[in-house]
Amino acid sequence: MTSRRTSAIAGACLVISMAASILLLHRIDEIRPRANIEDALYLSSPKILKRASLGFSGLMACIYWTRAVQYFGDRHVLASSTYNELAPLLRITTELDPYMIPAYQFGASFLAPQPPHGAGQPEQAVELIKFGIEHNPDNWRLYYNLGFVYYTELKDYKNAAEAFEAGSKLPDAHPFLKILAAQMAEHASDYSTARMLWTATYESSDQAIIRQNALEHLRAIKVDEDVKRLEEAVTRFEQANGRPPSTMWELAAAERLRGLPIDPDGVPYELTPDGQVRVANPDNFPFITKGLPPGYQPKTPKFHTQG
Amino acid sequence: MNARIAHIASNTFREAVRDRVLYNLIAFALLLSGAAILVGQISIDIERLVVVNLGLTAVSLFGIVIAIFIGIGLVSKEIEKRTLYTVLSRPVRRWEFIVGKFFGLAGTLVVNTFFMSIGVFAALLYVAHGFSRTDAFVLIAIYFIVLEFLIVCALALLFSSFSTPLLSAVFAFSLFIIGSFADDLRGFAGIAHGITRWFATAAAYLVPNFSAFNVISAVAHRQAISGQLVLQNTLYALFYTAMALSGAVLIFERRNLK
Repeated sequence: MTSRRTSAIAGACLVISMAASILLLHRIDEIRPRANIEDALYLSSPKILKRASLGFSGLMACIYWTRAVQYFGDRHVLASSTYNELAPLLRITTELDPYMIPAYQFGASFLAPQPPHGAGQPEQAVELIKFGIEHNPDNWRLYYNLGFVYYTELKDYKNAAEAFEAGSKLPDAHPFLKILAAQMAEHASDYSTARMLWTATYESSDQAIIRQNALEHLRAIKVDEDVKRLEEAVTRFEQANGRPPSTMWELAAAERLRGLPIDPDGVPYELTPDGQVRVANPDNFPFITKGLPPGYQPKTPKFHTQG
Repeated sequence: MNARIAHIASNTFREAVRDRVLYNLIAFALLLSGAAILVGQISIDIERLVVVNLGLTAVSLFGIVIAIFIGIGLVSKEIEKRTLYTVLSRPVRRWEFIVGKFFGLAGTLVVNTFFMSIGVFAALLYVAHGFSRTDAFVLIAIYFIVLEFLIVCALALLFSSFSTPLLSAVFAFSLFIIGSFADDLRGFAGIAHGITRWFATAAAYLVPNFSAFNVISAVAHRQAISGQLVLQNTLYALFYTAMALSGAVLIFERRNLK
């Protein structure tokens, strides 16, 4: 057998074996339950992991942060209501590398909001950010994140005010922090405070994903405010005429509006025969709480972050 | 450096290149470019962190593995191939042979690290679209890694001067791992009592303290490294290397090569 022939046969064997092994692995994956995150957490002690990393704990933290992102993403897409491993993953990440700021900022955003937008664990989010502040006391964004979680998820205005106030005293802090601290103390209207929070998030971040989410929330606040105002107008109309307005045109005329009231996309709001105000395309406003048809379920849950 | 040491060093370097040691650069380049491109898609906001952490960890581990696997064979291979007798029959002293071998291996690792560092900075440029002044701290971390290599090279040579390649590899790897835990060992000594305390303290100071050289996480977060640490680490590495090399020379001088 010539050398060339041997090489050709060996080459063919290599390609065929490789293709066969890939196909078989594909089959095995179909019959075998998918490896779950618990497999990755058989070592759940950050201290042991730190030792096992032989000093390369920074790289280990990056790996665990990526696992946390992937875990949250997988559960989020499936609209899961349980995120049992999220907090331990974030704890391991931040203990391996206490200076990894994105793990606190995004991690709190994953933990705090109620499902399906997040894990519904605002206390864990507070704990995470406090750990971050302990190790990064000069980072005003962490105080902002802390105040945000206290305000939006826990409705704890006192602690929110304290967090914003503490953050506002740091160098380079966003000027909004001082105003937010004052607003918390005054218990200002939800809409204006929420608008200020999301505007601060939008302006202070250079991350496209955070800015896009902030924009979505600002649009949702605008819709909620519009719908609330229109519902008040409907009530006024009913009191004056003893019946709800039959069309949006009739309501607009009664309120002396210049035209039909429109949502941020420029689409007019709709009026149901029983006088309910509806958004024409609710899928375009994933975070709205008003103007939704009864029993409406959002198509895909959206990521909710405060930056 | 005298001419004989320089000759042995350059031959050791050439031999390492002939052994395709620098092929590891291909694996390194693939690893780093893959990570730089992928991380943005599978994670959030840690592109630079990953490039610095992964890049410097790879530089360190690849170098340690090369230092140990080549270092353990530097003496034994020469004995096995009987080339050592040819070298020593010339006017070359045994200590010059050991020191030349050390510089040859260290040179190989410095060249290897130089190319890897270019890779790290290229990946950094790719993910950050530019350099900042704080990126210069990465150079300090690379310098510390090179200091680590000097110690590991010297230790591998030390073990190679009296033991078989397999046992030398076991000793060198064990010492690398123990050295990574040197801080813990010191902590353990602090809480121990009596003779245990003495033994633990002695061990903590005798094993190389590799954790002192690891500033990867700090530079990944753009934290400054003090000039004092640079100076102290340099002196520590030089003294430790000199200690291990002296041991290797002492043993090799008394070794019966017949």
